[in-house]
Amino acid sequence: MTQQFVAAEIGETAKLLADDPIWLVLVKVVAIFAFLVVMTLFMINWERKVVARMQHRPGPNRVGPNGWLQSLADGLKLAFKEDIRPVLADKWVFFLAPVISCIPAFLAFSVIPLAGEVNLFGEQTALQLVDLPVGVLVVLACSSIGVYGIVLSGWASGSPYPLLGALRSAAQVISYEIAMGLSIVAVIMFTGSMSTGDIVGAQATTVLGFAPGWFGLLLFPSFAIYVVSMVGETNRAPFDLPEAESELVGGFHTEYSSLKFALFFLAEYVNMVTVSALATTLFLGGYHAPWSGEFMNTGWWGLLWFIIKTLGFLFIFIWLRGTLPRMRYDQFMRLGWKVLVPTSLVWIMAVAVIRTGAIQQLSTAQRLIALGVVVGLVLLVSFLLPDKKVQDTKGVPLAGSGFPVPPLDLVVPKAAPKRKVKVANIPADKAAVTTGKEAE
Amino acid sequence: MSLLTFLAQQQPEPVQRVVDTVTTGEAITFWVLGPLALAGALGMLFARNAVHSALWLVVTMLSLGVLYMVQQAPFLGFVQIIVYTGAIMMLFLFVLMMVGRDSSDSVVEVIRGQRLAAALLGIGFAVILVGSVGRALTSVEPRGLAEANTTNGGNVGNIGQKLFTDYLFAFELTSALLITAALGAMILAFVGRDGKPAKKTQKELVEERFQDGTRVGSLPGPGVFATANSVATPALLPDGTVAEESLFEVIEATDRSTLSDDVADVAGTGHVADAHALKGSES
Repeated sequence: MTQQFVAAEIGETAKLLADDPIWLVLVKVVAIFAFLVVMTLFMINWERKVVARMQHRPGPNRVGPNGWLQSLADGLKLAFKEDIRPVLADKWVFFLAPVISCIPAFLAFSVIPLAGEVNLFGEQTALQLVDLPVGVLVVLACSSIGVYGIVLSGWASGSPYPLLGALRSAAQVISYEIAMGLSIVAVIMFTGSMSTGDIVGAQATTVLGFAPGWFGLLLFPSFAIYVVSMVGETNRAPFDLPEAESELVGGFHTEYSSLKFALFFLAEYVNMVTVSALATTLFLGGYHAPWSGEFMNTGWWGLLWFIIKTLGFLFIFIWLRGTLPRMRYDQFMRLGWKVLVPTSLVWIMAVAVIRTGAIQQLSTAQRLIALGVVVGLVLLVSFLLPDKKVQDTKGVPLAGSGFPVPPLDLVVPKAAPKRKVKVANIPADKAAVTTGKEAE
Repeated sequence: MSLLTFLAQQQPEPVQRVVDTVTTGEAITFWVLGPLALAGALGMLFARNAVHSALWLVVTMLSLGVLYMVQQAPFLGFVQIIVYTGAIMMLFLFVLMMVGRDSSDSVVEVIRGQRLAAALLGIGFAVILVGSVGRALTSVEPRGLAEANTTNGGNVGNIGQKLFTDYLFAFELTSALLITAALGAMILAFVGRDGKPAKKTQKELVEERFQDGTRVGSLPGPGVFATANSVATPALLPDGTVAEESLFEVIEATDRSTLSDDVADVAGTGHVADAHALKGSES
């Protein structure tokens, strides 16, 4: 752990944002809203085109240049569809659910730093709406509120498939939020702050002289766990169990139509953009270029890097959807609780120990002793673990079934030399197979 | 511990939020969210539907969370939203949805003296609550959080330090309590498999089926012919006899006369709806 810890930047973004006039805040709010909506329209098209390319078909190519306005046309059409509410639906909750799922999705983006210090209409500011001291928690809180939309929509629809989707979603998001929260802990421990601006600032370093000091490289296990749990958190393939169309028709939004359905659609894509942006912020250095220094790394250039990195994550979402089959529910839960959460906990312990060692300036001898103790413990635990039962690899035991099955070590005998078989000369009218003309 | 002090020392003075008086914005937020929280609490009590009750409670919790944030405790506010609104109320909703929307509260008293005990405890709690709130309103001088939020690592750092130094015992005790509760719930919900074998895996099922050997493949489907599309049509064996395994025992056990209306309907010999004679079915 030789990476240089830079603490000087902590709190800088918050100071920069503190004197924003109210009109600038409003401009930023509108800009973020527009950015997210445009990203949604773009993502739908991009997803359809990329998945189409993966499946050797052209994809949407009719509306607008190269079909890039298809999602806009679809969205407009969706708004004018008939709005249907089932008889058994709970009136108010049915109406509120899409709204609840949509608002937090937009809200979470307010703490994402899009770029560093820029000059916006003559005002020195950072491209970020707010920089709270608990910034990362805002995203987690928003995603935990957003689940209410899904759960309530499933319950309020008053029909079994949406309810099943809602139940799955509730269990899924609670489980994966734990894994997600734990994966963020290591980043917070390294930065010493929960503010997103500070986290990006702390990654503006280099390790080993050339590699960027991004937490995705330094804390790779956390990064991997975050990426897995962000797919689970946004209900995307291969974890799209709440809306598994082959099992639950449409899942939680089966009964929804028109604008309400459009809101769910919007919320899903905005959530994808938000978790991708958070992954960029936490693990890929946010708006920093992959190299240190001033070159293409200040002001508005940050926005470019940020968008490139976020689009990379969004492409992974599409790629996963085009590649992987949906997981079974119990497998999915097992992955969350038995793999991701324990791995996170062990990894956080390791990071804490390493950080303490780095801070307290231990001597080499002390570090080696600590390392030896850890290795010894690992060995001890591995000796105590019972051996895995050796599986019978010879396949299904078929003995006793009564079926004529050849033995596994069957040796096929060599064919005997051919001999001429003497065939008895049977008269034609006694043959077993007749020509059918006898009856005539 | 040392990590925490390190974190605390690392943070220089964050943004100055030294205003310790009630600002206009805070007052407005309070007068908007206070009634909302109260309405949520009342709605929770008086809502007929259990899920609606839970939703009203969510409104109260969200309002409280935002009030914490406004009162210079951002960490507490967001943790309130994540933990209480996000996790605990979600579990409540989960259970309520499993129970079903039409189930009403049971009014049968299962434990003897339950209501009396509940009333006593409720009154006791109310007395404690009124006493402490009254004391807080009269004899405690508010100090504000500006100092705690700006020095020694700010809001989060200070909370962490307090939790793991002064309140370590209470903290550990709470976690022990929660773990005990979770274990207890698991034991209560655990369906004992004493004597019964564990659920068979897919592989075991396959092996069992082959060792049994009576039927390895699936049962024959119904014989759906060009003349009939009913699942009650039996499949025929190559020699023209009925394949017994294709028959569905429920259908076979049904008396044919109970189906005569349906048969007539399908055959087109029964009642035919006439657009000019809107009289309903003849009976």
